[in-house]
Amino acid sequence: MSTKVMINPRNAYGETLVALGKKYPNLVVLDADLSKSTKTIMFAKAYPERFFEMGIAEANMISTAAGLASCGKIPFVSTFAVFATGRVYDQIRMDIAYSKANVKIFATHGGISVGKDGASHQMIEDIALMRVLPNMTVLAPSDAPQTGRIVELMAATMGGMYARVGRANAPVIYDKKDLRSLRLGKGIVVNDGSDVTVIACGTMVEPALEAARMLKAKGVSARVVDMHTIKPLDTTLVLQSARDTHAIITAEEHSIIGGLGSAVAEVLAENRIALPFVRMGLKDQFSESGDPSDLLEKYKLNAKHIVNNLLQLLK
Amino acid sequence: MPQGNAMRLHELDLIAVRIRKHIIDMLYRAKSGHPGGSLSAVDALVALYFSHMHHDPKNPCDPDRDRFVLSKGHAAPALYAVLAECGYFDTQELQKLRKMNCMLQGHPVCTRTPGIEASTGSLGHGLSFANGIALAGKLDKKTYNVYALLGDGETNEGQIWEASAAASHYRLDNLVAMIDRNFLQIDGKTEEVMRIESVTDRWSSFGWHVTEVDGHDISQILDALHDSHKHKNQPSMILLTTVKGKGVSFMENNVDFHGVAPNEMEHKLAMDELTLMEKKLEALA
Repeated sequence: MSTKVMINPRNAYGETLVALGKKYPNLVVLDADLSKSTKTIMFAKAYPERFFEMGIAEANMISTAAGLASCGKIPFVSTFAVFATGRVYDQIRMDIAYSKANVKIFATHGGISVGKDGASHQMIEDIALMRVLPNMTVLAPSDAPQTGRIVELMAATMGGMYARVGRANAPVIYDKKDLRSLRLGKGIVVNDGSDVTVIACGTMVEPALEAARMLKAKGVSARVVDMHTIKPLDTTLVLQSARDTHAIITAEEHSIIGGLGSAVAEVLAENRIALPFVRMGLKDQFSESGDPSDLLEKYKLNAKHIVNNLLQLLK
Repeated sequence: MPQGNAMRLHELDLIAVRIRKHIIDMLYRAKSGHPGGSLSAVDALVALYFSHMHHDPKNPCDPDRDRFVLSKGHAAPALYAVLAECGYFDTQELQKLRKMNCMLQGHPVCTRTPGIEASTGSLGHGLSFANGIALAGKLDKKTYNVYALLGDGETNEGQIWEASAAASHYRLDNLVAMIDRNFLQIDGKTEEVMRIESVTDRWSSFGWHVTEVDGHDISQILDALHDSHKHKNQPSMILLTTVKGKGVSFMENNVDFHGVAPNEMEHKLAMDELTLMEKKLEALA
């Protein structure tokens, strides 16, 4: 583990925005007094005239972005996930989803690995809130290079989109060249296997890969799917994995209600597939302040707990 | 349009009466909707669409057009009637308001109706949306202006004040907001539901240039609009003193007609009153 290259997905976001700023003269960025944390400050320095500091006023920021989009701009809007969704649900619903506005919400600080700021700042409902909205694409990239690629695709694709990354540095999973084939709505089999499948998104993809390595030592072959797009969900890959393997676990730094786990469960149930299945995530509860790794252990969201769940399922 | 000053004031008044007739008829047919706040907003809309704004109903996506955002989305019937009379779509569409498979939804939707810039109905969003249009205009060095109409009760919403601060901060002098100050909201008098006075002082203190006019005097509204554009480096607010239900005697200042459509008898009475007014104005023309 110690040899892994660690890069913060937030930095990848900021750097990609700067690169896209050159490619798209109509790309604009809005932030709500968190540009140093979300890394939109990189864009602000490169293209000050196209960066709008909106102050601590997220509702106004979302609706303003929709107004900019109505004039042909491609607005990227950033703040912490908790303020980017729950606080402004109505603005996203009316001005982006219902209006089919070409606004891209890129949120940082998703999930409980935000750590010591506590549950007020650990967003675990955002995927559910955004997934329920018609016309919204929902994304959760898993490492820095993938974040960069997904941000490129967000800019290149029309429509309202929500993407979330965590706060922490993330181990690099992908080579940049491997990401050229990435498509929104198409999950990635990062590690193939024949016994069980872990469908993970965002910060849980790396622990899923770690779990696959631990299981291999025990003679269990685990497929790991990086489901970076939660909506539209790659149902083909979910159903294929249900056919190819004997059990499915979903893993996300999010409530087990309404997120990736729910999306996968809906697909399985509607296709009359009964197989051993567990949703890993926050079990209808808030987390608390603490060191990220301690929290992930307490709330059972790490490689060890993925392994335990899978071994339990295979019994 | 613009039809500019070529159109004389009594002609605009005549259009306003016809818009009011449309509203009464639409709501009667729809058997639901908001007469009070639609009727109070008519004269401002007529001033904007039939005289002041640069817009072309045959080219509703013209990038250089002036934009209008109806932040008080429940006044949709007034805006629909104005858009239809301008020629954005056939006036026959008005009869289908709030009916299935119709372009005219209960509240405005930008994806369904030509001429609608923003989807509104959830109060408090429109001024922010207008700010976005104004910022885009500045960025692109366009000469268009953006206008937003707010309800007085709507300014209870916190987002209005976020937007108010931002418009001032960004010195959006290509933005003119208006408040339809009819002094009533659903639960009663605005000053009893949630005090908003002094409206002028509040907006002035946020950095806006504020003008107060009689919201049913199209001449005053046009003068204020014209004057607003002279004030550089700050957004303008035109406070329209209005009468809820304006133009129909038994609806005027009657909060019961905030969100209730006229029944058959009320429809007839209202149409008779408005037709009488229409004939008077026609005689002038």
